[in-house]
Amino acid sequence: MKVVLLSGSKVGSKTRTAMDYTKKAITEKYPDLETTLIDLAEYDVEFSDGRNYLEYEGDTGYVTKTIMEADAIIIGTPIFQASIPATLKNIFDLLPVNALQHKVASIVVTAGSSKHYLIAENQLKPILGYMKAQIVQTYVFVEEQDFHRKEITNDDVLFRIDRLVEDTVVLTETYTKIREEKEAAYGF
Amino acid sequence: MEKYRINPSKGLEFGIYTLGDHIPDPHTGERISAEQRIHEIIELAKIAEQAGIDFFSVGESHQEYFATQAHSVVLSAIAQATEKIKIASSSTIISTSDPVRVYEDFATIDLISKGRTEIIAGRASRVGLFDLLGYNLRDYEELFEEKFELLLKINEEKIVNWSGQFRAPLRNAEVIPRPQSGSMPIWRAVGGPPASAIKAGYAGVPMFLANLGGPATSFKFSVDAYREAAKQNGFDPAQLPISTAGFFYAAETTQQAQKEAYPHVNQGMKLINGRGYPKQQFAQGADTRDVMNVGSPQQIIEKILYQHELFGHQRYIGQMDFGGVPFDKLMKNIELIGNEILPAIKKYTAKK
Repeated sequence: MKVVLLSGSKVGSKTRTAMDYTKKAITEKYPDLETTLIDLAEYDVEFSDGRNYLEYEGDTGYVTKTIMEADAIIIGTPIFQASIPATLKNIFDLLPVNALQHKVASIVVTAGSSKHYLIAENQLKPILGYMKAQIVQTYVFVEEQDFHRKEITNDDVLFRIDRLVEDTVVLTETYTKIREEKEAAYGF
Repeated sequence: MEKYRINPSKGLEFGIYTLGDHIPDPHTGERISAEQRIHEIIELAKIAEQAGIDFFSVGESHQEYFATQAHSVVLSAIAQATEKIKIASSSTIISTSDPVRVYEDFATIDLISKGRTEIIAGRASRVGLFDLLGYNLRDYEELFEEKFELLLKINEEKIVNWSGQFRAPLRNAEVIPRPQSGSMPIWRAVGGPPASAIKAGYAGVPMFLANLGGPATSFKFSVDAYREAAKQNGFDPAQLPISTAGFFYAAETTQQAQKEAYPHVNQGMKLINGRGYPKQQFAQGADTRDVMNVGSPQQIIEKILYQHELFGHQRYIGQMDFGGVPFDKLMKNIELIGNEILPAIKKYTAKK
């Protein structure tokens, strides 16, 4: 199983911090999984111009191909201007229609205010749904007050990250099994 | 329909097309050489002709896993190797070529083939060739529309006066050689959504509609929109032929056809588009109402007749070599077409 953790912002450190915790949780609990953390701040990703993702080169090609090869994606996003950041939206724009079919997607949100709680629900989930992801319904919402100098200090958040990781892996394994059984029944 | 060399009273024309893909066989992982692939395409055209198939076309693609970038050169070889089968490009990417050169090439192939050649012009479904050939992807739509218009003009007029955005103007230009009968059929290649079909109808040009898979009724929408647009712009839809193009694979039973075709279609899609073909959708493809012609000869006959009833189209072309299908399997397909499918289709669609 391949899991990609996508830290969706070029700005700030909180989403990356949360994703580092998530990565640590997943590698500790499931050391055999192939996990890759992509922090968009470290890559020079082009804006989508409509071509097939296989035709992009360099960082853009690397990021899109790595996501397309994953079985599960854990998306980390800050909330900017009451929305997901453009860097993250661009990743979706770079991918083809139905790109997330047969993939599991789960969400970690970092935000300055609890007022942004429904943004993942209202903006991110519809995109993931349109792209046919199997979405882990509960997500982790981390507020400014849960951080202290690049560390997460709220144990509730840490427990929730552990549960998100577990749910992501369980759903991916289960879904893969269901799909394999179903496909075997077609006989071709 | 005479202008397009089609006589509907003879029934639905049946053809085969290849995109010239050069993909490893999914079972062995082995890829034949580009030389062998090109020769097999030429051979396939010859065998198709012997089986009584009406039409054979070769596509242009400039990316990895393809061997017919110079598709007009391959068509030229096919023109020489065959005698009566119609030949065409499916499609020529007119956006990134000079219409004058395309016309010169295809008029020449028409002379070699003694009046059997057609052009199907498309916009490119993959856009890597824009970089390769020095065009800006931002001009995607305008490039096609302008160059396609010029191509049609060259076909209609002996002396061309023209100016546009993407090519040097033509002043009293005579584009030669002329095709055998002075002009040749030029089709517009159209993808799924109706917007492009409407443009074809508006221009009053025949339409080649790609419909790889999915319910046939959803393509009916494009067909109707095409005819309606043609009518609105003063063309008679009855004079404008429609062709459809999609996946084809025949075997003794539908189960066997699916079993044999799926690994190729799936791997071909994976390598070229980055996504495999969902098994669930492929399984549904066997349903008579689905447009994908994969199945037993009887199943395919039923499907094609159903589609003919629905679309009222004049030609169907099938893609059966996608994804490294070995040549002996292609021969087997042609045998089933020639012996079982073709006679039945002609019998039921020819006007008595």
